[in-house]
Formats: sequence, structure tokens, C-alpha cells
Amino acid sequence: MAYIANTPDDERIMLERIGLESLDDLFRHIPVELRLKHPLDVPPALSELELSQVIGDLTARNQGADQRVCFLGGGSFDHFIPAVVDQLAGRGEFFTAYTPYQPEASQGTLQAVFEYQTLICQLTGMEVSNSSLYDGASATAEAMLMAQAITGRRGKIVVAETVHPEYRQVLETFLACLEPRLEVVPGPTGVVDAPALEAAIDGDTAAVVFQHPNFLGRLEDARALVAAAHAKGALAIVVVDPVSLGLLAPPSTYGADIVVGEGQSLGNPMSFGGPYLGILACRGEYVRKMPGRIVGETVDRDGKRCWVLALQTREQHIRREKATSNICTNQGLLALRAAIYLAVMGPRGLKLAAESSTRKAHYAAQRLAAVPGLELAFPGPFFKEFVIRANVNPQALLASVLGQGYHGGIALGRFDRRLADCILVAVTEKRTSDEIDGLARAYEHAIADLTAAAPPGQRGKPQILASAGSK
Amino acid sequence: MDPKTLKYSPTHEWVALAGDVATVGISRFAVDQLTDLIVIDLPKVGARLTAGKSFGEIESVKAVSDLYAPVSGEVVEVNAAISGDVQLLAADPYEKGWLVKVNVGPNPDLSGLLDHDAYVKKTAEEHDH
Amino acid sequence: MYKLVQPPLLFESSRPGRATAVLPACDVPERPLDELIPREFLRQEPPPLPELGELDVVRHYTNLSTLNMSIDSNFYPLGSCTMKYNPKRNERMAALPGLWAQHPYQDERTLQGLLAILYDLQEILAEIAGLDAVSLQPAAGAQGELTALLVAARYFRERGESRGQVLIPDSAHGTNPASAHLSGFEAVTIKSDGRGLVDLADFKAKLSDQSAVFMMTNPNTVGLFDPQIREIADLLHAKGGLLYLDGANMNAILGIVRPGDMGVDLMHYNPHKTFSGPHGGGGPGAGPIAVREHLAPYLPAPVVARKAEGEYYLDHDRPHSIGRVRSFFGNTGVLFRAYCYIRSQGPAGLKRIAQHAVLNANYLKALVEDVYPVPYDGPCMHEFVASARAFAKERGVRATDIAKRLLDYNVHAPTIYFPLIIPEALMVEPTETESRETLESFAEILRAIAAENPELLHHAPHSTPISRPDEVRAAKQPVLSWK
Repeated sequence: MAYIANTPDDERIMLERIGLESLDDLFRHIPVELRLKHPLDVPPALSELELSQVIGDLTARNQGADQRVCFLGGGSFDHFIPAVVDQLAGRGEFFTAYTPYQPEASQGTLQAVFEYQTLICQLTGMEVSNSSLYDGASATAEAMLMAQAITGRRGKIVVAETVHPEYRQVLETFLACLEPRLEVVPGPTGVVDAPALEAAIDGDTAAVVFQHPNFLGRLEDARALVAAAHAKGALAIVVVDPVSLGLLAPPSTYGADIVVGEGQSLGNPMSFGGPYLGILACRGEYVRKMPGRIVGETVDRDGKRCWVLALQTREQHIRREKATSNICTNQGLLALRAAIYLAVMGPRGLKLAAESSTRKAHYAAQRLAAVPGLELAFPGPFFKEFVIRANVNPQALLASVLGQGYHGGIALGRFDRRLADCILVAVTEKRTSDEIDGLARAYEHAIADLTAAAPPGQRGKPQILASAGSK
Repeated sequence: MDPKTLKYSPTHEWVALAGDVATVGISRFAVDQLTDLIVIDLPKVGARLTAGKSFGEIESVKAVSDLYAPVSGEVVEVNAAISGDVQLLAADPYEKGWLVKVNVGPNPDLSGLLDHDAYVKKTAEEHDH
Repeated sequence: MYKLVQPPLLFESSRPGRATAVLPACDVPERPLDELIPREFLRQEPPPLPELGELDVVRHYTNLSTLNMSIDSNFYPLGSCTMKYNPKRNERMAALPGLWAQHPYQDERTLQGLLAILYDLQEILAEIAGLDAVSLQPAAGAQGELTALLVAARYFRERGESRGQVLIPDSAHGTNPASAHLSGFEAVTIKSDGRGLVDLADFKAKLSDQSAVFMMTNPNTVGLFDPQIREIADLLHAKGGLLYLDGANMNAILGIVRPGDMGVDLMHYNPHKTFSGPHGGGGPGAGPIAVREHLAPYLPAPVVARKAEGEYYLDHDRPHSIGRVRSFFGNTGVLFRAYCYIRSQGPAGLKRIAQHAVLNANYLKALVEDVYPVPYDGPCMHEFVASARAFAKERGVRATDIAKRLLDYNVHAPTIYFPLIIPEALMVEPTETESRETLESFAEILRAIAAENPELLHHAPHSTPISRPDEVRAAKQPVLSWK
């Protein structure tokens, strides 16, 4: 009852004014047989102090990146978050406002979103960005629907197997009740098989979806994949890591039509998977098919520059069942954090974050590949993630590495049985050379222990994986 | 076209019939109601229209409205000029602002359409509503 | 009070060479970059981002924030959005590393505290709904709607039934028909009757063996509880259809009625509304869904489960699941705050929220309805919808003029022009966290505005950082980024 302002006196006066005797009378028009006869079976109320204790105890049982050195990635990354991001985004005037339906009372949010859109355009080289979607995966699905609306093609969507498996699952879920089918093109060498991709695209393909850097960390031949899509009149949708764009060529330079990505890395905490930030930017000519809110510049009655929600006729509250997307609430606060992050990092700061991540990742790859029992699974150009193949069970290996103080990577068998001996390792600018050396030692110890413990006949590569060395 | 000689649908589209071909547009009343037109979406030549069904959309700043076919038939010409500049429609809905020409064949069914006086009467009631 | 001035854009404040030092130099052995990554993959130049000092950034955003109205600074009766107080204690809890430093693919043994919280939340949301199983995955209410409809579609497919229609009242949120369309259904509109409730005759006429789901918002968007819900559920169930509840208005019925007890088969929550998540200038939200037992197998994977010995884990092994609607677990940060909020309330507290949300709305309605008529009258729930139609006809003052003028009095405007079935709608939701004085002062403001010169209102607001923006220009010549 902590947040109710009315006193017992208020309650009495108010009930009297509306001609009722009790709070229960407020619900007299609800049929009595529908009403709940007993209190809800939920835990009893806690005071603020008790809540702090209960939640404090529970959260202390978690051992995340604050307790163990984190080499986990796969779409969520432990990048550094400058203090100003928390301080500024935490201001109540941003934090407790809602969608800027009244522009005269929301110029702070509107200008911040307009700046966010501009920053995303600067980063990707694209002409327009929306104000945010839920996350990278649903942004990819929205881009796919958008491509269908733009091309009018209903046949299929071609997606590279090297796109994040959860993103591919989301595409599948979205298409379950719609016309187009999803065709997955394999990536046996760690990048998508380009000739197979080209062959998969036909005259009724709305879009080609690939990720660059891809889920396994590798850089794709983006220019060739885009060209293959365009040759058949399909759109090219690329999933990017926004931090990588501090270093890598922006998607506009290789001809991407729609750029999507997970914006978590831009100043947003990992928070066990959400809330995150779906980035979506595209060519200017597609703006009327773009999902989600967009802020535009205009002038007020005195000719003063200002900002408003623009092109609202694309959205569900006007277009209803004809809208390309059903999105309403977006990730405004996360977009604000991303904008503050980019503003404080600037061009050199972002480049440094990207460059340090890639240098440290390459150092880590070199160190881990030198550990007996580990090898690089998919050698070739990569950004900040790489896959190692182990000659012992990855779950046991990672459990041992964890015991030594490291979240050492993600066992890829959870996504694909053919990768059951593989581990995805991510390295951000936060990791130090000492931590990387420590990780290599932890792997070395773990492999030594596991190999010593296993009966001689079972050493080396597990039988089941002997034929599954490559995907 | 002289608005007085046209036939109108209750959803504010007008029709001018010349032989097998009907020219279709929307009324001045509809244009005024929509206010601040932004963009129009029209079918392609060869598309089949069915009387009473949507054949396109028109967007104003804060609304999207369907365009309903007043007659059935095949689209033989589309006014490309208004797709490029919808203000032409706002300025001149009966001449430069026509939308599509439709081959309706011999003896088209126009029984659901209103003449000018009946349409004006109907819109007057609607406005008052 | 000082005159609020809009700061220049970040890009206009940029000065070549200015920077904030955030990161250290790289401490691993330096090798030429193009030895690591072939040159053709690299940017020619750094991205053209603005160059700013830290103080520039701090002043910029601090000044921008003062241009907003917010719950922390203003009464914000934005109907349908439940702009209640966002408790600060929840923010302190959410700032614990036990939440923010957790990676979604961490070993589950290192996530036991968080999984316990999420498991508990699943149980609590099922209890409040009177339903059996919960998925916390959807990222917002609209995604919850889509997820639930995909669950329904899968359910019918597995039963070998092909049902093509979703029935939706004309007073529904636009997300309902949009979600129906995305899940492959045809949206069929059901009229409202003279009371603002579902027109039962129209519902019966349109109900058929093609009806998969009826999407009901109850209390509805007019602010009324539809007592026909049980009858509707029975009719629908007799035809084999499912009843969906849009949970946007759960704040009004917490602990009073449970959707499951009214015949609802599946529903979504908006925890950022009902359970006080900060709205963040447009999100994040979350959109957990609750369903009956027979629909549980189709929920997205994973869900949080508990082993007999008490260990929590993520159950991915769900062969009938519709799959995923987003990456990772869900909007955990929003769900975590909802959990903190519910734990602060307890059973009596949750019921009291509904009671005072409804009390405040009815009190405020009583104070203004002689001047601002409420077309669908009767006892309202947590919000009411007044109509400015008479003002519009008699004095040329539209709902938007009233909304804009309210800003001059330093209160946020209600939702306007929604629901679509009420002309010149003003949708007012005061929430339970506002005091009687605030409501009375708001009522006085509304009454004062009703007596003001129409000219003054047409040009309102007069005291905000900007006057009315030219939305036509924004639509006709869209400028969507700074160049």
C-alpha cells in the first residue's frame, strides 16, 4: 500500500461525493459471481527495507560479469558503460515520461530521439533510422516483413545459417502463419556458402538476410552477398554489431538496403537478455514502409525549429490491420542510452572500443589456439568473437573454467548439434591481457584435469563428433 | 468534368462513363474532409477492380483512407501525375485529379451510385452528423 | 522559473578534436590492424559522429530533460497508459549487479537468484490472471498479443482446425487488428452497443466456426467493465473459439476479478503499466502472457522451471512451442521491477491499487462530468472518456485545444481522439498514486479551461518551450535526421 496517497478521510469524502458507501461498491456493476472471493495467493507485502534484504539476498546468488571474468557474447556483450550514461538517462524527466504524444511537453525526448536516429545513420551510413524496436532479432523479423511490403514478393526469404540461431528462430516464428517460407543456406566453413546463397535466390525472393560479423564472429563477403540479392531483385538485409562499425566499413558502402542490429552494446547493460534495443535503418525511399515510430523536424507557429512524431499513418493506431507492424511501445530509454553512449564516446572513442576489442580478441584467439586440445574451428577474418574446438566435452570444460573464475565461452551444441565440440568466445575492450592470459591458463588446467580423469579409451575427440568437424 | 453530370458512390468516389471506359476520382467533399493529403497508392494497369472493394489508399497527415471501387472492371490507365504530386488531386479533383480509368465492358451496373443531387444531400447530412 | 531554451543539436556543438577519454590504450601486443583484418573490410575513416567533451554531453542532456513533462514532475493522466508513480526503490534494486551484470547465456548455476525471481513472477502472474501457465518472453504488450495469437493458431493447427478469423471490438487498441493480421488471421470488427459495451447481437451474428479468437479488452477502452464477458466466453467456447484478454487495463481489477474466472483463455500483461515500470519516453515495456493449461505446450521457449531438488533451470525442451518471438529470455529488467513492485504490495496492497485507481477515476469524473459529458455513462473503472463534441460544435474548441491548454497549467494532457468510437475523445486515467488534492486541482483547471476564450485555446499552449508544431510540414517534407 506504499504508493497510495488518499488518506482514510479522503477515501470517505470521495466515496460520499460519488454516492457510495464503501470501496466494494465501486465494483457493484461487476457480476458478483465473477468477483474474487479470497485474497490473491501472492507473498505478503514487504517494506522498502525488507525488499532490499530479500532482493539483495537473491541477486547475491548470481555470479555474472561482476564476479567472474566474462568472455560471453553471442549477441549480448560486456562492453564498458561510461558513468554519464547512467546518470543522464536516469533523470526522472526522461525516465518517467512516455511516448511524446504532446510534442510541446516532450521536446527533450523528441530531440534526443531525433539525435539517436541521426547517430544511427552516421554509424551505418544509411539515410533513415527509426526510433528503435525491441531487440536485434525482432528488428530482423520486422525488416523481413518490410522487404515483403516493398518488393511485393511473397515467395521466400533466404537467410544465411551463420545468422544468430535465435534470430533465425524468430524469423521462423513470424513466418509460421504467413505466406513466404524461410530458406536457410549453410555455412560449413564459418561463413555462408556464397554460391549456394546465390542459387537459393529466385524471382519471388523478397530478401536475403545475413549477419556481418556473423554469429560465429567471422566477417562475411558482404559485397558479394548484397550483389547476389540485387541481381535477382531481392533486398539485402544485414544484421550488424554497432560497435564493429567503429572499425568496419559501414553497410551503405556495400549496398545494404536495410540494416538491423542489436543495440545493447551501445551503453546498455546485459541484464540477462533485456530490455535491449533493436536498430533498424534503411534507404530513404523505403521510409513509408518502415515499422515503429520516427521523429521528424518541423517548425512551431513562431517558426522555431522543433520535433514531432512523423509519418504516423504507417503505424497500427491509424492503419490497424493494414499496418506492416504491430509495434507500439518501443525501447525509448535504451535508444536514449545508446545516443548518450555514442555522444560521449565520439568517433575516436568508438573506434578505440572496436579496435581494442578486435586486437584483444585476436590475442585471445592466438593464446587459446596454442592450448593443447584446443584449435580455432573456423580460421579466417573475424571481429571480436571466434570459435574454438575442444577435444574434451565443452560443458565439462566450461564448468571447470568457470570454477577458476571465468565465464569462458558459450557451448554451441545448444544451438546446433553439429557444433557440439565448439565454444564461442567473445572479447571486448574491457578484458585485459592478464585476464586473457588467465583464461588460457584456466583452459589449459581444465583440459589437463579432464583428460587425466577420463579413461584412456575415451580420450581425444568424442566419437559422435568425428564426422561433424565442419558444419 | 462537370460535377453535376457525374455519378457518386456513398464512399465519395465519382464515376464518368464514356463508352466502355469509366473514369474514377474522388469528390471535392472527400478531399476537403481528408485535409492535407500526403500520398496516394493506386493500382497498376491491368488490375481488376471489384465494386465496393478497396483498390487503393490515400493518406493525409493523420489518417489513412481506403479508396473503394465504384464500378467493377480492369484498370486501363492510371493517373501517374497524382502519384507524383498528390496536391494536383487536392487542387482539382474533377479534372487533373482523376485516379484511374477502368474498362467496365458493356452495360455496367451503376445502380448502387447516386446522382449529383442525391450525393450532395447525403454529404450535407453527414456533415451535420 | 526560467525560460526553457532548446539546446542545439549534438552535431551542431561538435568541435573537431574535442573528446572525452573513456577507454585506456590497448594492452595487448600491437600488430598492424590490417594484419588482423584485411583492409577491404575496414572503414576508410572513423564514423562521422559528433566530437564532444563530457561536460558538453552532461549539459546537453540535462537541459533536454527539462523540456519534458514526466510523472516525476507532473500529473500525467494519459488514458490507457497507466502513468502511475515509478517507485525509486525498484530502481535501486535494478541497479544491483545481480541483475545488470548477468549475461543471458551464463551457466544456470550462476543465475539461481535471478531464475528464482523469474520463476516466482511466472507463478504470481498466473495467480493474478487465474490462469495456469506464463511466458515472460514477449517484449511489449503488442508482442504479447502477437505471441498469444500465434499460440492460438498453433493450437488450432494441432487440432486439425483451420479457423481464419479473429473478432475485435471497434473500441480496441490498434495493436489488436495489427497483431491479428501478422498472425495470419482476418480481423473482423464487432460493433459497440449504445452503452459502449460489446454489441452482443453483432457478436452473435459474426461468431462462427471460423472464429478462432475474440480479443476483448475488459475493462474496455471506454473505461467500462463489460459484464457480458462470461456470456461471451460461453458462446465463444460453444463454437470452439478462444477468449483473449488485452490486459492493458489490469490495474482496475487486480485482486477484484481474475480473467481466468471470467472465461478468458489467454491474455497479456503490460507490467510497465500495471506494475509501475518506468515508461522511458516510449519504452521499454514487457508483454508476458498467461494461458490455460491446454495452451501451455505452445508457449515460447524457454520458460523457467524448477527441479524437484529446488534448482531452477531454463526449459528449452518444448516440442510443441511456437518458437521464439525475440532473442534471449525477455525484458528481464522490466520484469524484475514488476516483481519488486508486487512484493512491495502483497495481496491486500494489490487489491487496494485497483480500488483506489477506480475511486480516483470515479471521483474525478464526478467533479467534471457536468462540463465534460461522458457519452457512455455509468460507473467507470480506472479511467473515463469524456467528449468535447459539444465544445467543438458550439464554440469551435476541439479536444486537441483542451489538451494543449492543459499543458499551460503544467499538467500533462489526457489521451485524445481515442477510442475512435467517441468523437473528440478525452481519455483520462488518474491512477491510484495521485492524491485527492491533485484530482481536485486538475478538475478546477478543466473547468477553468471550459470557460476560457476559444481564441486563447486555439493558440495554446502559450508557456511551453515551443508552440504548436507544424505537423503537416513534418509529413510533407520529412526531415528525419540531421545532415
